[in-house]
Amino acid sequence: MHFNGYKRKNSPAGIRNHVIVLPTIGCINELALEISSRVKGAVPLLHNHACIRLGPDLLRAKRTLIGIGTNPNIHSVLLVGLGCESITAEELAEEILPYKRVEAVTIKKEGNYNSALEKGVAVLRELVRRSSEIEREKCDIADLTVGIKCGGSGSVSAIASNPATGQAADLLVEKGGRVIFSETAELIGAEHVLASRAVDKTVREKLLDCVDRMKSEIADYGVDILGSEPTKGNIAGGLTTIEEKSLGAIIKGGNSPLVGVLEYGEKPSSPGLYFMDGTTQASQLFLGMFTAGAQIQVFSFGGGLPARFRGLPSYPCGIPVFPVIKVLGNPEDVEEREYFDIYAGDIISGEASVKEVGKSIFNEFIRVASGKMTITESRSGYKELLQIYANGLLM
Amino acid sequence: MKRAIMINKDDNVATVLKGVKKGEKIAVISTENEVIKNIEAGEEIATGHKIAVNSINKGEIVTKYGESIGTATDWIDQGTHVHIHNVRSKVKYGD
Repeated sequence: MHFNGYKRKNSPAGIRNHVIVLPTIGCINELALEISSRVKGAVPLLHNHACIRLGPDLLRAKRTLIGIGTNPNIHSVLLVGLGCESITAEELAEEILPYKRVEAVTIKKEGNYNSALEKGVAVLRELVRRSSEIEREKCDIADLTVGIKCGGSGSVSAIASNPATGQAADLLVEKGGRVIFSETAELIGAEHVLASRAVDKTVREKLLDCVDRMKSEIADYGVDILGSEPTKGNIAGGLTTIEEKSLGAIIKGGNSPLVGVLEYGEKPSSPGLYFMDGTTQASQLFLGMFTAGAQIQVFSFGGGLPARFRGLPSYPCGIPVFPVIKVLGNPEDVEEREYFDIYAGDIISGEASVKEVGKSIFNEFIRVASGKMTITESRSGYKELLQIYANGLLM
Repeated sequence: MKRAIMINKDDNVATVLKGVKKGEKIAVISTENEVIKNIEAGEEIATGHKIAVNSINKGEIVTKYGESIGTATDWIDQGTHVHIHNVRSKVKYGD
């Protein structure tokens, strides 16, 4: 099976062809924004990295910035740096270069803000014009990596949107693609079920270690997680305990064997289903998926969002280079389906099967990969400051 | 008749697919859409919330997907709402 994508050097094909302006550190976001605002079609990806990060968090930030640059949806990269930051433009450029064209401007080298601005605009114009020459070509569907997250979960999530999403995940894995799901806290109580599908002892133990670490952090913190896991919205949607939420959440990954456990932002090495050790916070998690090389994200919604979707039509899908396919599972929210790419609520009312809706999600992978805009892509001027996940000491 | 889905045959709760009022008759169905039994709602239960398919003892494991989702903190009558007021997670915190 095929989609029409953008062939890349040393990496799977992309489904979008963006030129990005990537600051090396949050301090220089303004310059990155100003450079990109003067060039048509360039996308600034502003973020929160700062020199307050240490050790594993600093490595994670570096992996994230490299992963953003190397993602197949990106045609080329303009790095914007200061010259005194913990992760330099030169270090990042070296890692991105094997995959695509990368340029850098820094205040240190150009001498001041205005010179860096002028130089940046000139370089960026050229990158954007180059990108406009690239055409879509026939690419193997095995090139696709899809990230999966659920949100606004209620009891119906596990009956409609999650199993349909899982069905689509299984179809992609069958065709040689990669699927990643995450949210370590939402394995608690369901870890043994997922672990039983691990391909070997190493994968099984790595998975269980992630959950044990999370459980011991909860025990040490000494606070009841009810109200966060499950959230008040989840509780309103019928979820009672984290165990129940987890057992319903893992369904979204489908039934394939678990071939690996990834760190936040780590790229999967071979085809199959992966679990990424990471946060439940959507924006941070989407960034981790994108960093890991995912070209598409699926967001499976249940019924546990009493505020409804009208008030947050694009949230939290604010990475403008990462298309998100939103799936709605609750028939009680049917009047809000205009905010969703796929409606799975017919499963609840008995008018469609999980298999049918799963197939339409899979077909949507191919359409979106071939250029069809998602609902969020079509509406959004909305962009988020990218939040790079940190879980250690911040100075 | 309104339906509630029982995901595993060993479960003692089912998920109400459309909100029910007290006294309403409910068909408890399997994932294969077969009727397992008919019960009566003991109280109002909202869409997506859980109903006890049989009575559950205080301290008994509440089972969904054939797995434990926590422990009953009270006696739960058949047909009544199963939620945070009568079930607790087994996740430990503090001493």
